[in-house]
Amino acid sequence: MNLLIARMILQRMGIVLLTLLIVSFAVFAVTELLPGDVVEILLGQSATPEAVAGLRAAMHLDEPAVIRFVKWLGGLATGDLGISYVNKLGVAELIEGRLFNTLKLGGVTALFAVPLALGLGIMAAMFQGSVFDRVVSAATVTVISVPEFMVATAAVLIFAVYLKWLPALSLAGDVGSIGELLRNFAMPVITLTFVISAQMIRMTRASVIDTLNTPYCEMALLKGASRVRLVLVHALPNALGAIANAVALSLSYLLGGVIIVETIFNYPGVAKLMVDAVATRDLPLIQSCAMIFCFGFLMLIMIADIVAILANPRLRG
Amino acid sequence: MSDRDDTNWTVRHDRMVEDAIRRGISRRDFVRTLTAGGVGLAAGGLLLGHAESVLAATPVRGGTIKAAGWSSSTADTLDPAKASLSTDYVRCCSIYNRLTFLDASGTAQMELAESIDSSDARVWTVKLRSGVTFHSGKSFTSADVVYSLKRHLDPATGSKVNAIASQMESIDAVDPQTVRITLKAPNADLPVILSLHHFMMIADGATDFAKPDGTGAFRVEMFEPGVRSVLVRNENYWKAAGPYLDSYEFFAIRDEPARVNALLSGDIQLAGAVSPRSLRLLESQSGVTVVTNTAGNYTNLNMRLDMAPGNNADFVEGVKTLLNRELIQKSVMRGLAEIANDQPVSPASRYYNAELKPRAFDPEKAKHHFQKAGVLGQSIPMICSDAASSSVDMATVIQQAGAEIGMSFDVQRVPSDGYWSNYWLKAPVHFGNINPRPTPDILFSLLYARDAKWNESQFKSEKFDAMLLEARGLLDDAKRKEIYGEMQAMVSNEAGTAIPVWISGVDAMSTKLKGLTANPLGGLMGYAFAEYVWLES
Repeated sequence: MNLLIARMILQRMGIVLLTLLIVSFAVFAVTELLPGDVVEILLGQSATPEAVAGLRAAMHLDEPAVIRFVKWLGGLATGDLGISYVNKLGVAELIEGRLFNTLKLGGVTALFAVPLALGLGIMAAMFQGSVFDRVVSAATVTVISVPEFMVATAAVLIFAVYLKWLPALSLAGDVGSIGELLRNFAMPVITLTFVISAQMIRMTRASVIDTLNTPYCEMALLKGASRVRLVLVHALPNALGAIANAVALSLSYLLGGVIIVETIFNYPGVAKLMVDAVATRDLPLIQSCAMIFCFGFLMLIMIADIVAILANPRLRG
Repeated sequence: MSDRDDTNWTVRHDRMVEDAIRRGISRRDFVRTLTAGGVGLAAGGLLLGHAESVLAATPVRGGTIKAAGWSSSTADTLDPAKASLSTDYVRCCSIYNRLTFLDASGTAQMELAESIDSSDARVWTVKLRSGVTFHSGKSFTSADVVYSLKRHLDPATGSKVNAIASQMESIDAVDPQTVRITLKAPNADLPVILSLHHFMMIADGATDFAKPDGTGAFRVEMFEPGVRSVLVRNENYWKAAGPYLDSYEFFAIRDEPARVNALLSGDIQLAGAVSPRSLRLLESQSGVTVVTNTAGNYTNLNMRLDMAPGNNADFVEGVKTLLNRELIQKSVMRGLAEIANDQPVSPASRYYNAELKPRAFDPEKAKHHFQKAGVLGQSIPMICSDAASSSVDMATVIQQAGAEIGMSFDVQRVPSDGYWSNYWLKAPVHFGNINPRPTPDILFSLLYARDAKWNESQFKSEKFDAMLLEARGLLDDAKRKEIYGEMQAMVSNEAGTAIPVWISGVDAMSTKLKGLTANPLGGLMGYAFAEYVWLES
């Protein structure tokens, strides 16, 4: 079994590298298609042809795009993410703090959202058709339909502006104690939990119900297994593969796509960093962010697959 | 607060009163204004007392605040030459000083310069203040000035003001306290030009702006581009007064409702650029107040004079007469605007021609002009977009006024993305938006001279160009004012740019924060608030 997993991980890593390479090509090509380059953006309205040419030469941007790309790729291979065009800081240095913030927010959110979603999903499946199930289902559909900026803004108005219980901003820099951390993260975490739980709940419920309808579960029921035992011991292991994938997809969203939450709570994460990078055509930074998002996404999917294999008695073989 | 409830008094009126007192209105005139506005005499007296106390309070030292601007990105920089966002301006104003700065009336006052003189407006002698030191302890001398100015000429610096700086032919240190600046052609505005945010004084040879060294009121303690910055008081600041704050944290909250909410919840004490929409919400809350700044930003309707229908002077005159400026001021801008007279020099400028009255809204007269131009019955396309702020609403106001006299406008609302490159300056009738500029010379050269880069209506007049050149080199201020006054009239009457109102900027703050006033260089006190504000103890 260990051999199987080791082989699979190696295989996957190969695919990950290939995917990263393809993504970097694609991102590079798209960035080149954007109108204007970093020099024109930096100079803005004062971009006279001479000023543009002069600054381009000073920043070594007059080299052909392909050569700049190959140089960057070569740097990446040796672990050097390059220097930001815009502010001359190392890209690694720029991303480091932001990525840590994003992981922190994502981690805290996952800590609350995943157990909550799985619990609700499994319980809804166990009591399929009951009032509880209907309430959960209706609530999840409602939550999916409400855009997150609406949830976030409503939360700020209620908890920060009127009740004054929680801060309206979530400044990652000010956290000193666990209490402060919770206060600071409360609103973004609530908002994100709303967004990602709904999908996980529905997926969990559906796949558990699906498994419960299989002949072997019916057999277990006929043999007198209790409802709890039926779901947790017999149905859940087989449903876990699908659930793990739903969880991985939801979590990968936390890694790169929380721009709305970052904007409303002014949280300094990587999503805003990448938007800035695109706005200023800062190629090394755009590329590095894209690589990190892609890598994180692939890792999560891989972990989900491994979990599915470990959980499934037939695949475990 | 009860007197306010009785009279429907709002923060907006408070501001009006404060403005009036600043302008030197007498107590009697003031009470007359109030009673005319339906405010009882007793309440008026109370309010006057309130407003006077706001202005008369003495600054106290100490305390720290959090303030939020509206724009920020990884491109945030502490290099004044590259400063482009409001956040950069705020930080640079705290860390560095300029040779001159603009006061509330738009006049250049000396800062690091002791005097700036010239006999011919071409060769200028700048005497520097002595005894000024940088944060590092180094003395401020002419070498720093020469370095700070010359670097704008080097393309590798990437300076935003390269074009403006290129009029300086040579910059030489005469002695440690004197600099001579020679211009390519006379320009009497040099002291004002030196007050631009990009001409901050940095130390000779400075290249590392991660650890900036300046003479300003605050030192940088922490700076993360696109995230936040913490600045602490410079204990050895050379000015007699200020700064009052021990330190302040500055960052940007780009989402406007989020910025307002952060202020209301007490997370920040100052929020720059609040929209008119939020004003109602702010006015209903105690503990927050606002400062309005009418600096010279405007959204205008451009009718190209080299294309139909703008090539017919009667059409242009008709549209200018059909502009219901009061309605735009009251409904579109919700009171946060001042009525303008179709030319770009704002009342905040000392060269403003107050004789030049805005055209009155007169549909009958407009109809007469349209008839003469032969456009009645035609449908004239008018391009507007969210890119030019409030232009969609303004277009609707014009369209409705037109419909009543049988003049039909086809309002075409186009996307913001690409508006400035695809429609602005190009379509026959379209909207534009212009940010404040500190001098009439810069405005006219940029917008109305024959070869102007942004000649929005393709206005071309030899007489105008000659006057522009003449005024630029004039040291006689009264004569300049006269020429600029006449040029304003020319633009108002002959150019195809209809400018309905000056749009005000609004900053909102906690009532505990004092000392913030309006400034012609922009919001947040021309971005230099940090050095002047204090926290009520």
